[in-house]
Amino acid sequence: MAQQELDHLSGQTTTGHEWDGLKELNTPLPKWWLYVFYACIIWAIGYMVVYPSWPLVSDYAHGIVGPQERLHAVADYENGKAARLANAAGLADAPLDKIKSTPAFLEFAMANGKAAFGDNCAPCHGSGATGGPGFPNLQDDDWMWGGKLDDIYQTIRFGIRSGNDKMRDMTMPNFGKDGILTKEQIASVASYVMSLSDTTVKAAADGKQLFADNCASCHGEDAHGNQEMGAPNLADKIWLYGAGVDKVAAQISEPKHGVMPAWEGRLDPITIKSLAVYIHSLGGGK
Amino acid sequence: MSMIEKHAIFEKNSIVLLVGILIAVAIGGLVEIVPLFYLKSTIEKVEGVRPYTPLELAGRNIYIREGCYLCHSQMIRPMRDEIERYGHYSLAAESMYDHPFQWGSKRTGPDLARVGNKYSDKWHVEHLINPRAVVPDSVMPGYPFLAKAELDTKHLVDVMKANRLVGVPYTDEEIANAAADAVAQATPDDTTVAKRYGKAVSRDFDGNPAKVTELDAVIAYLQVLGTMVDFTTYDDKANVR
Repeated sequence: MAQQELDHLSGQTTTGHEWDGLKELNTPLPKWWLYVFYACIIWAIGYMVVYPSWPLVSDYAHGIVGPQERLHAVADYENGKAARLANAAGLADAPLDKIKSTPAFLEFAMANGKAAFGDNCAPCHGSGATGGPGFPNLQDDDWMWGGKLDDIYQTIRFGIRSGNDKMRDMTMPNFGKDGILTKEQIASVASYVMSLSDTTVKAAADGKQLFADNCASCHGEDAHGNQEMGAPNLADKIWLYGAGVDKVAAQISEPKHGVMPAWEGRLDPITIKSLAVYIHSLGGGK
Repeated sequence: MSMIEKHAIFEKNSIVLLVGILIAVAIGGLVEIVPLFYLKSTIEKVEGVRPYTPLELAGRNIYIREGCYLCHSQMIRPMRDEIERYGHYSLAAESMYDHPFQWGSKRTGPDLARVGNKYSDKWHVEHLINPRAVVPDSVMPGYPFLAKAELDTKHLVDVMKANRLVGVPYTDEEIANAAADAVAQATPDDTTVAKRYGKAVSRDFDGNPAKVTELDAVIAYLQVLGTMVDFTTYDDKANVR
């Protein structure tokens, strides 16, 4: 170690290092910095005592407070729900029509339902709930499985062909693919079905009879559908898989069947009720 | 002064300094990482988590191949807003058979840890082919080629063996039937896959019964994410560690 010497100008000693005649002053650390540093060390020791820190042989040091992040999150979540429900206490146990008729409940359900719809339902039904090809429009009061509050509620809870034990489930036969009807017969039925709502389409002569024999048992004699079976109304201008004789024929030949997930268990019961009320308000009733 | 003078050895010999750094970093690493391998509390025991079926595993590999993880995370953090949007926070056990895990922290798109059963297969088909068809504002690229590409099942045996090597409990029987099971799971009314893999569901995921495509595999994978644990019977408090 080189010789340390006193620097007369600053009153400090040097470190003793010297490079090409340049010497380094050995200025001590500022006192405030040094004490903050010591305080941090003491703080760290306290932290180790209070919070989880060291791994041990079969477990780890839990600390006095222990790890509670998950419980905090769950508590936060529950508190948040409770805070929102403050003006609508009792909603959880209220029947749907009571939610609809009680202003405080209705206000909560509409706001909650709208928020939940945006995240969970809009991807398929559209942010405006107007649907798209294969995904039903919820604004038009034309319902396959019923548009009353309880019907909508059940559909949301258990879904359609969702795999849930209580799902809504009905499958239309593959009239063409399984050879129940010939291609010509399917074209006749399709033209008859289209003619019910579109006056420019002329129904084939045997269409009506074929419809009565094959389709009426589910879709009804007048083709107005049957919501018990999820059989859509065929006499209106609303088509889930597109209008036109070709598209209807394709749907008769090898029907597509939509799937709606079951939301029970995924969303909490209050949110499901809110959604039912919200969707009913869009275009429900029938 | 004696300590400072000994320290001069490190300052004057770069190799000694390098070895010293290595030892210091190794101690830190050992203390932080090694306990995770033996502490029971690292991965809590949870009912229902099973290894991926061959089709789901193939889908997972495509998910990784296409870089889905660059925009999608698969981990719901234990925070209120996360739980509100995505559902129950993720458990370590839910990714215990993920090699590598897909937790991620970049969310250009939403978290996918619980996307399983949230949307219908048809939605996934339309969305993967052209995301704008169902989500007008989406910035996700389309993956229409998945629907055309036939699923390559010949490497699945190797993939499963590699997974077994790192701890996924695949049986010899499961590995031997990898390719057949992958095809079977994309076929409606199949029961063999469910027999081997618990609650695995078999159906035609991509709506194209003519062939088993990469789209079948990806949708089979997406539809199982986050669905293995039944949270109606899960007790948050019992599992606080």
